[in-house]
Amino acid sequence: MALVLTDEQSMLRDTARSFLARNASISHLRQLRDHRDPDGFSRELWKEFAEQGWAGILVPESHRGLGVGYVEAGIVMEELGHTLTPSPFFSTSVVAVSAIAHAGNNTQKSAWLPKIASADLIATLAVDEAPKHRPEKIALSATRSGNAFSLKGSKCFVVDGHVADLLIVAARTSGAPGETGGITLFALDSKCKGLRVERTITVDSHNAARVVFDNVPASTENVLGQIDDGWSILDRTLDAGRVALASELLGAGDEAFARTLAYLKERKQFGKLIGEFQALQHRAANLYCDLEVTRSTLLQALQTLDESFDAAAQIVSIAKARAAQSATLAVQEGIQMHGGIGMTDEFDIGFFIKRVRVCQELFGDTNFHADRVARLNHY
Amino acid sequence: MADLESVRKETRAWLEENCPPEMCTPLRGEEDVCWGGRKWKFSSDAQRVWLERMAARGWTVPEWPREYGGGGLSREEAKVLREEMRKLGCRSPLDSFGIWMLGPALLRYGNADQKGEHLPKIARGEIRWCQGYSEPGSGSDLASLQTRAEDKGDHFLVNGSKIWTSYANKADWIFCLVRTDPKVPKHQGISFLLFDMESPGVSTAPITLISGSSPFCQTFFEDVLVPKANLVGEMNKGWEVAKLLLAHERDTIGGTGLSTGETRPLRQIAAEAIGLENGVLADTNLRLQIALFEIDAKAFRLTNDRVSDLMKQGKANPAVSSLLKYYGTELNKRRQELIMSAGGLDALEWEGESSHEGRAARAWLRSKGNSIEGGTSEVQLNVIAKRLLNLPVE
Repeated sequence: MALVLTDEQSMLRDTARSFLARNASISHLRQLRDHRDPDGFSRELWKEFAEQGWAGILVPESHRGLGVGYVEAGIVMEELGHTLTPSPFFSTSVVAVSAIAHAGNNTQKSAWLPKIASADLIATLAVDEAPKHRPEKIALSATRSGNAFSLKGSKCFVVDGHVADLLIVAARTSGAPGETGGITLFALDSKCKGLRVERTITVDSHNAARVVFDNVPASTENVLGQIDDGWSILDRTLDAGRVALASELLGAGDEAFARTLAYLKERKQFGKLIGEFQALQHRAANLYCDLEVTRSTLLQALQTLDESFDAAAQIVSIAKARAAQSATLAVQEGIQMHGGIGMTDEFDIGFFIKRVRVCQELFGDTNFHADRVARLNHY
Repeated sequence: MADLESVRKETRAWLEENCPPEMCTPLRGEEDVCWGGRKWKFSSDAQRVWLERMAARGWTVPEWPREYGGGGLSREEAKVLREEMRKLGCRSPLDSFGIWMLGPALLRYGNADQKGEHLPKIARGEIRWCQGYSEPGSGSDLASLQTRAEDKGDHFLVNGSKIWTSYANKADWIFCLVRTDPKVPKHQGISFLLFDMESPGVSTAPITLISGSSPFCQTFFEDVLVPKANLVGEMNKGWEVAKLLLAHERDTIGGTGLSTGETRPLRQIAAEAIGLENGVLADTNLRLQIALFEIDAKAFRLTNDRVSDLMKQGKANPAVSSLLKYYGTELNKRRQELIMSAGGLDALEWEGESSHEGRAARAWLRSKGNSIEGGTSEVQLNVIAKRLLNLPVE
């Protein structure tokens, strides 16, 4: 398939771009932050996402979704990276839908997917337990007796955890931390007994939570996919999330670069536009190359997820590793080239370095993905 | 596209029938490359037969018009030919600067006589060309070149010197940038000349690089007579022709990443040199660096694909070739550093059979030139800043 967006995909990008610029620019995020909004995102805006079809972008049409693919979801994520709009799109519409659509039974799909598409259900994946992303080290235990389970342990940085209605929890039903066997996914109501959710205020003013499981009861009906055999769907679900984060990273990196480039063309020092200085021209040109090379991996990763969801691990890791690096370079150069004004909270460029820091860490940083690429190639 | 499928079948059948078995084996080194020319000595009968058969079919230059010795293939058909040759492992029947650089320039700027005279000989590998561009005093600032061609009525008189002329000592003819008007701004006084390297007054001296012997020469011109008919394009408009050729050169260097020496994947080279422990490379720091390199290398390959997809749709800015040249050459330098690192003490050998006469070390040193030749990385970044980012000119 050509590594170019189709006309329909380009149209989606234009629509998303103008919608977000109109309704959810950086000032929207600033307002949520400054007013200490209890949700950390706008529920009205999320309803409009549903009206545009985006909340259910990956939900099959049979479950009242838009039923398009990861390329389209990635386009929306990339545009969200330009405006840094907090929304449940990542946690719910990409990550949770990927798990439910690929591993859920018919009852589960019918119960949750249409509600996600209409923005009536927020769902999220609870996976990480430690500062660094190591999904095979899951220790949160789900002890079985008959058809019942009891979950004990804790999760950190559960995206949108404080507003989620449904938690998809990766738990250990057998084996030891470090083993990929013995992991099971449970879909739990966030109101259920023994569950304690504490919102985490994060550097990027987006939304996450710590969740403590104090003997939370569950049954086989809560199991998503197969007992003990959840690794494969967990890893695939994470891959969907990783490529979505890579898209957001590229969007944020592009936006930081565009703002920096515009600044180079308007800021004068020593009687010249600073963009005339070769020292800055070369850094800008190098950054441009880096972002463009990353863009190629991202399109390939998104297309691969659409074509063969199970065979995308390597290209997803490549895209996530590259996007994290390129976006990090873009925001760091952005702050430096803006000079003093870039350090002020009043100026928007700081929001980008904060958000990029989060996205590059979430679901595995560059080193994690480089290690994964090496492993997949047997070295 | 059923048509292309039948082209594919016919192409494959012809190749299977006509490519000598020795020509379907991987190149062992530079000595297996066929450059052609008046002085060419074929390394084997198979090499000669392969060139003759391919040239007779026009497939040494598949996309050139038939009247000039080409195959008259469309871009898609030529792609099929390349793909089928790759599948069968067929060697290139003929490599030459005539094919890669002069040919496209002549097709665009040459007159009928020039095309009729030179293109078929390039296609058949009868004349080997070299390129006279850089001068000792004109590297990145190529347009400042000083080699002069004085108008003497019925001929030009050429005096000066060129440097980095690849294979000048083996070439039959040179395509050369010369100054025909020293009084006008530098870009406007340059012309594009062709002449025979056997002309009286032409001499060459090979250049030894930090990596050892090289194809590069310095070339000297002392009162060389060049017929007026050998001027390509208009007088003093040679820079236009030069720019077209430079773009071809950038693509050749950037696109291939100039993979000299080792062709095996880095991970394989490292695994053989260092070994695995518990399934991972025994040197964990190097392992991470290799993985990061392989990620970037894959990203670069995909970028080449994407750029060609964009070109097909007419959506690529021509200056994107500077991006590919810059990124590809910097990447190859990194690769060579990692090969040296993986080889450790073994990679330090300069002579001897076990190291293939210092292959790793020589390729590593040679790669340092990749980001200099064909326009330095800094020049590419200038182009990107101005043409792609529209940053203000100082």
